[in-house]
Amino acid sequence: MNAKVSLENMSVHFDTNHAVKSVNLDFPANSVTAIIGPSGCGKSTLLRAINRMHDLVPSARVNGRILLDGSDVYARGVDPVAIRRKIGMVFQKPNPFPAMSIHDNVVAGYKLNNTLKRSEADEIVESCLKRVALWDEVKDRLKSSAMDLSGGQQQRLCIARTIAVQPEVILMDEPCSALDPIATLKIEELVEELKERYTIIIVTHNMQQAARVSDSTAFMYMGEMVESGPTKKIFTTPEMKQTEDYITGRFG
Amino acid sequence: MKSLTLRHIKSGAVTGLMILATLAVLTPLALVFLHIIKMGLSSLSLDFFTQIPKPTGESGGGMANGLFGSALLILLASCIGLPIGVLGAVYLTEFGSGRLATSIRFSADVLAGVPSIITGMVAYSLMVVPMKGFSALAGAVALALIMIPIVLRTTEEQLKMVPGTLREASLALGVPLWRTSLKVMLMSATKGVVTGILLAIARIAGETAPLLFTALGNQFWSRKLTEPIAALPLQIFSFAIAPYEDWHKLAWAGALVLVCIMFGLNLGARWFGKAKRYGN
Repeated sequence: MNAKVSLENMSVHFDTNHAVKSVNLDFPANSVTAIIGPSGCGKSTLLRAINRMHDLVPSARVNGRILLDGSDVYARGVDPVAIRRKIGMVFQKPNPFPAMSIHDNVVAGYKLNNTLKRSEADEIVESCLKRVALWDEVKDRLKSSAMDLSGGQQQRLCIARTIAVQPEVILMDEPCSALDPIATLKIEELVEELKERYTIIIVTHNMQQAARVSDSTAFMYMGEMVESGPTKKIFTTPEMKQTEDYITGRFG
Repeated sequence: MKSLTLRHIKSGAVTGLMILATLAVLTPLALVFLHIIKMGLSSLSLDFFTQIPKPTGESGGGMANGLFGSALLILLASCIGLPIGVLGAVYLTEFGSGRLATSIRFSADVLAGVPSIITGMVAYSLMVVPMKGFSALAGAVALALIMIPIVLRTTEEQLKMVPGTLREASLALGVPLWRTSLKVMLMSATKGVVTGILLAIARIAGETAPLLFTALGNQFWSRKLTEPIAALPLQIFSFAIAPYEDWHKLAWAGALVLVCIMFGLNLGARWFGKAKRYGN
């Protein structure tokens, strides 16, 4: 299996706090990998290291290697901005740009970089909104504020915004935790469809969700990668006692 | 029952005190306003806005040059002060951490508390002495020095209120930090930033002391930035202390216009701060 993203001996420190400890993990291309584990186990920290979001936090330090198509995203001379264009991210709480219309939110990545071609904008907006199944709901009010949408719609808009800039990998940080079950279902269906084009890494609290949407699952506990493998195997015959305890709801 | 009555009495007494305190705040404002309207309105005419002061002895005349000078000074001061204040605030919130940021904040707070006559003296030694003469430019620098800390701190407060999740959203789209700071963070804070700018303008519009030995004032029209220029507060000051009844009247009219301008700017700031805009 060819790995789109691999972590080699990757650690994250915040000052003296060792948040992610020497993780080795491969994320296969065009598949969904779920990272599960109890709160504070370092799942989000690991995820945010992949697109270098920790660069803004002065106390954060990332060690080891994170490879995207075989080259280290933290190598000297690599521009984090270039990395983030290839690795998109969807956040826990929907965060559309409040001062922009629905239309502008979809093409925000282009607009903010001044690379938007007017003739292409409408086409990008339509195709991206269709891919996140939002087009029919908003096509008549593209010029209205993104804040008028419901939480689930906002999150799909954020996904549309992410795929609009054509990333190769999409990181999702508990994308459904602020949504109701129906909106969650829609996002899950969307993830299923998106994996045809993208490599998806999704952090989730919700084990059923991991079981439903992912091809492989990694279980983290206290900053360490306890176990990873095909989702089916992790959820039916885990090798580690901790994994089994967590999955069967004995802790976490 | 008895204690309940007592509570009602206490409650009434405290409410009464609060109403009194409110009145104590409002009364001086109302008195100032009414007095200025009473004294100013009678001397206010079209001439005030179109004519320059007449030589002593002649009646009539206006403060057109002062109005123009004030507008020019405010414009110039804004050109110097706004970019520094706003960009400085962006630096503080987005890039600044550690000792440099702390010392910038501290100096801004100190600068904001410096008496404006001192600011005028600084501008005098910075501009008037090397240029060997009073000038509009020197006046603008003095006003800009007053403006910078106000704009810096209000903009910083507004930027801090923009949710950090928007910054992350923008960065995750592959937008560089500097573009994110300007186009996402600053744009999201526009409303509050503009309100702060309007209040800063209102503040410098009425400043007299820093102009005394920078812009100096001018009885005539002046369009050169390197020459002394008239300003409304300066004209009010010099006319009010002059021994001529005519000039006093003009000073009252000037005071009325100045208060109206400041009132308008404050109302504008409030309106702008409250206006419903996209997304809020």
